[in-house]
Amino acid sequence: MSSILKLTMPKWGLSMTEGTLVRWLVEEGAHVEPGMEVCDVETEKIANAIECNVSGTLRRKAAQEGDVVSVSGLLGVVADATVSDAEIEAYIKDFQATFVPPSAEDEGGGPIPEKIEIAGRAIRFLKRGEGGVPVVLIHGFGGDLNTWLFNHEALSGKREVYAFDLPGHGESSKRIDRGDVGEFADVVGAFMDAIGIPKAHLVGHSLGGAIAASVAASQPKRVASLTLVASAGLGEKINAEYIEGFVSAKTRNELKPHLRQLFADADLVTRQLIDDVLKYKRLDGVEQALLQIAGAAFSGGKQALVLRDKLGALPVPLLVVWGSEDRIIEAAQARGLPANARVEVMAGRGHMVQMEAAAEVNRLLEEFLG
Amino acid sequence: MARTITFQQAISEALSQEMARDPSVIVMGEDNVGGMGADGEKDAWGGVLGVTKGLYPKFGDRVMDTPISESAFIGAAIGAATAGMRPVAELMFIDFMGVCFDQIFNQAAKFRYMFGGKAQTPVVIRTMVGAGFRAAAQHSQMLYSIFTHIPGLKVVIPATPYDAKGLMIQSIRDNDPVIFCEHKMLYTIQGEVPEEIYTIPFGEANVARDGKHVTIVTLGRMVHVALEAAANLAKNNIQCEVIDLRTTSPMDQDTVLESVEKTGRLVVVDEANPRCNIATDVSAIVAQNAFGALKAPIEMVTAPHTPVPFSPDLEDLYIPTAAKIETAVLKATGYKG
Repeated sequence: MSSILKLTMPKWGLSMTEGTLVRWLVEEGAHVEPGMEVCDVETEKIANAIECNVSGTLRRKAAQEGDVVSVSGLLGVVADATVSDAEIEAYIKDFQATFVPPSAEDEGGGPIPEKIEIAGRAIRFLKRGEGGVPVVLIHGFGGDLNTWLFNHEALSGKREVYAFDLPGHGESSKRIDRGDVGEFADVVGAFMDAIGIPKAHLVGHSLGGAIAASVAASQPKRVASLTLVASAGLGEKINAEYIEGFVSAKTRNELKPHLRQLFADADLVTRQLIDDVLKYKRLDGVEQALLQIAGAAFSGGKQALVLRDKLGALPVPLLVVWGSEDRIIEAAQARGLPANARVEVMAGRGHMVQMEAAAEVNRLLEEFLG
Repeated sequence: MARTITFQQAISEALSQEMARDPSVIVMGEDNVGGMGADGEKDAWGGVLGVTKGLYPKFGDRVMDTPISESAFIGAAIGAATAGMRPVAELMFIDFMGVCFDQIFNQAAKFRYMFGGKAQTPVVIRTMVGAGFRAAAQHSQMLYSIFTHIPGLKVVIPATPYDAKGLMIQSIRDNDPVIFCEHKMLYTIQGEVPEEIYTIPFGEANVARDGKHVTIVTLGRMVHVALEAAANLAKNNIQCEVIDLRTTSPMDQDTVLESVEKTGRLVVVDEANPRCNIATDVSAIVAQNAFGALKAPIEMVTAPHTPVPFSPDLEDLYIPTAAKIETAVLKATGYKG
């Protein structure tokens, strides 16, 4: 029985309790390997493909298209040809008979975000994993620590990984002083001081990339490596219409077309995702904060800070990841970077490449971080 | 975001946070202060169901007790609003609103219009609505449609704790008179509510459930009953889109019309009596603007044209149920032309 492996429903984010199996992407009898997309799953908040984490033959689909499956519930069974059908059936029967969905109390046992005070501002952060050289994940303009929903836990196997909300974002204080990249780079340094992290791998998405690069340029000794995902700071050009639209949108219908630009597959933008962004945008102080940041970091529809020329001299390993279909900051900005940069462009993915190609990005990062 | 509180706590928190932020916000009503200092009482009663409990110890004289004279204190609140305060007046039951129609209809609703835009009346009138509380015909009515009829008033009917807080803060900050309808059967329901201050704009419906076969438009407590019906119908693969209007004045017609254009079928659920209510209003708007999209006659699920009965059995019969909504949906989906 030990050669029977299971595919189960993952847990994406703190509030997920179940997901709907939308469609199978492989047939029974097909060979599957780690990293292969096996099925599409949709939750209230988000839709994504589930990637296989085992190798073998998909012997049985335990869940059918349209089924709602609890977190950790059985989706399919993988085994090689030496295992008999009867053993597979017995395995499924046994699993279903003994499976208990994680209860609400178990939810409370998982990692929950904390808050610390940094220079008079409350900063919300979430820590996962223990030991090693820590990773600090820095989200972009209008994002929050959930930008890393599909990456945070995956990266925390060997090290502690921190994601936090920048000022003006998520559940951190909404006060912004200048709103430029420099202010946020100072916050990253202060966050590392407050937590007690002398040196970290910095991973930044979009505006968070420019922030991470800025920290690496000013305090290289505190940076173990730098990963820039669909990053700002590598050229002047940015989709100014998106920035303006995101800031000014007040209703679901106004916001939706802008959020759809974030993904190559626009159908990944669910109603719940839009509602979550709207809930953030309705908080007192958010509109003012976003206007201030947009005015300082993207004034006149251009990126105010371009660090491209400084990257070559950085004494830290550098990984640049992009989606080829990025409609916010074009993947062309990944071209012509200094030779010390390892550049990976994911075909057919958009600005939220770390979500759309989560498993690929996670593998890449795992290998890069060492 | 993960904090869960009740509908009642959400309203109380909204009042408390806005009072702390803006000194012009005051609270007045019956028994908002009363009880303070009485035997064993460290706090005021906080109104008949305790929504304003906790405010008097914190804000002192900005919380006022009023006599049982609605015409007097609603008039006073409206006057204070025109003079620069932002009063939140608690008029226990919407059923009692009749004695202050002149203050509300002729004064508050008309000032901005009649003074050429130079006057504003930022008053909020909080009031309990709805049946199910065994409170008989004079304490159970669903009278939001009467106020929706009057230009110059805004009418808000929250269905969830999250909406209750955000809509209350929006109501306080709005410069027009707002009738804020709290369903007494919703006070104990729980939901996730941010600790931070936020507002929900008026005139933006909430799509509480996505679906492609039938659009159910509803509001207030009926949102929960409609969601129950939708969950039951989903077992038979009938997917209902449930739209919570949240405010009836202004009303989000776009979200309703877009949904009906997608589904082709409309069921409107309204706890009010059937004539001249929100169900008839929404039905007329859809019939006029999306007639071509309709694949079946519009169905309305409402209370009957009777007073709310005192007999518990009859009261239960009076209130629309999930079963009645399901029947209406099946009628719409089964229509053969």
